[in-house]
Amino acid sequence: MNGPLSEALWVLLLGSLLGFELIGKVPPTLHTPLMSGANAISGITLLAALALIGQAASPGLRLLGAVALGFALFNVVGGFLVTDRMLAMFRRRAG
Amino acid sequence: MVALISPWFGSLLPGLFLPTASLPPFSLLTVSLPTVFLPAVSMPASALPSVHLALDLGAVLLLALGLKGLSKVRTARSANGLAAVAIAVAVAGLLLEQGVAGWPWMLLGLLAGGGLGALVAYRVPMTSMPEVVALFNGCGGMASLLVALGAAALPAGLDLLGQLSVLASVLVGGVTFSGSLVAMAKLQEWLATPPWMLRPQRHAVNIGLVLVALAAGAALPLGLLTPAPALVVITVASLLLGIGLTLPIGGADMPVVISLLNSYSGVAAAAAGFVVGSQLLVVAGAMVGAAGLILTQVMCTGMNRSLTSVLFGGALGAAAAPVGEGGSGEDPGYSRITSCSAEECALALEAAERVVFVPGYGLAVAQAQHSLKELARLLESAGIQVAYGIHPVAGRMPGHMNVLLAEADVPYEQLIEMETINPDFPRTDVVIVLGANDVVNPQAKNDPSSPLYGMPVLEVDQARSVFVVKRSLGAGYSGVRNGLFELPQTSMVFGDAKAVLQQLTAELRSLGVGKVAVAAG
Repeated sequence: MNGPLSEALWVLLLGSLLGFELIGKVPPTLHTPLMSGANAISGITLLAALALIGQAASPGLRLLGAVALGFALFNVVGGFLVTDRMLAMFRRRAG
Repeated sequence: MVALISPWFGSLLPGLFLPTASLPPFSLLTVSLPTVFLPAVSMPASALPSVHLALDLGAVLLLALGLKGLSKVRTARSANGLAAVAIAVAVAGLLLEQGVAGWPWMLLGLLAGGGLGALVAYRVPMTSMPEVVALFNGCGGMASLLVALGAAALPAGLDLLGQLSVLASVLVGGVTFSGSLVAMAKLQEWLATPPWMLRPQRHAVNIGLVLVALAAGAALPLGLLTPAPALVVITVASLLLGIGLTLPIGGADMPVVISLLNSYSGVAAAAAGFVVGSQLLVVAGAMVGAAGLILTQVMCTGMNRSLTSVLFGGALGAAAAPVGEGGSGEDPGYSRITSCSAEECALALEAAERVVFVPGYGLAVAQAQHSLKELARLLESAGIQVAYGIHPVAGRMPGHMNVLLAEADVPYEQLIEMETINPDFPRTDVVIVLGANDVVNPQAKNDPSSPLYGMPVLEVDQARSVFVVKRSLGAGYSGVRNGLFELPQTSMVFGDAKAVLQQLTAELRSLGVGKVAVAAG
């Protein structure tokens, strides 16, 4: 089909391969923090929520965007902070 | 501001929001169509898109480095920060180009979502970590679902590809949301598997839900349904599907499910990326999706379960409803159980040269990590060698126990992983199993009829004597009986882990353990 679609499909494919490659050997110790960190990253959908708010013309849609943004930010902020809390403990005991 | 939105819209959304004449207007809410939403085909003259592109590329790089770093102990914490910075960079890039039109709404979302997220992240006890990860994850899925619905309602309408992306985003986002909430409720033991959920017909129902969602999705471009009812059908079907897929799965398998749902939330984000035409979202979502899948596979290997048996096999073991450690389910059929008091256990500890503690989730539930640490310190002061045997899935999630013990300041070097500690059990005098059950079940090694057969376990039965601290003879999380309890060298110490540990410490002190060492040292 058109350019943007094939581009996006390439991005999807290469991004997936990158994800497979990056998580090679993970010690079990890090499974929970890694899951939690990756989970925080998936909240990146907040960008889409911001775009929605920016483009919405009606208050209803903007509210929808704001709710989506709230959910996404809950994921991002909470996810990174909780991961940091876990990893801080590893740092302390390793040191 | 309007001038800022249009170029962004044009550069990122070509093809996706092109209104196609043959399609019905795709709008949930009645909105007039302002000219600004018509896709601008020509590239804008402003330099902002290239700045935005540079920031997006930088964000992807940081995300990849972050994800990579998160898989190594040394770099994990800074990598986590790196990933957070990446998100901030991406937001900056978007806002720079798009402008801050609608900022009160952005602020509202920021304060509500970010504030609540921070609150939960700081307040939650470490024992509930898996539940919280599930909760965050579900909300990410919900965000993708809502964004897709919102994009569908944008007055510009969607072409076929846009509609397919919306379908994927809503479907995966909905499954992630309701599935994660069910997983959380099961881990919190708010929810058990109702017996009817285990009937084989559930597969037919789930497949039916997928078909309904797909049919509603297909009805859209065909013009058989107007967008609003179609989207409602897809949303409801996907939410029900998340419940239908997750509810039959036993509590012991929940970590795998959460990891898989984590992968789904990445997929949902990638689908949302297709909806709004953001390649950054596509690549980040794809990375998380793939990484989550790998992590799920690694976890399955650690528990010796195949992903298909986790997903479709229903709850592990004969007892369908997961029974918490020390739960009320009295398991009949135990004979030759030796139980002993804390005093006897203390005497054995006093005479030991090498002691291994095997902590399980029961320890964490009893909040006994600090009492354990105290006992271990006392033993060490008497010259007794102390180690902790950590099963890869100890706790409720892989690595969870390490986090819990680290919180109690247990030295890192004493936490020994299963493969390393197993050969040392024959020369271990005393093993104390604290609130762990399935991970020390010898039947996993030698009883092919056991549902746990093949799962790697801590071979505590090789030690000279084993004390199992448990509240009752209730079945473990998987509902499988444990032959370890009946072995001649095993004694059960019934009681709450924390209380027993404190008694042990007191007994040892009264026996003079520690004092001698202090005097000698």
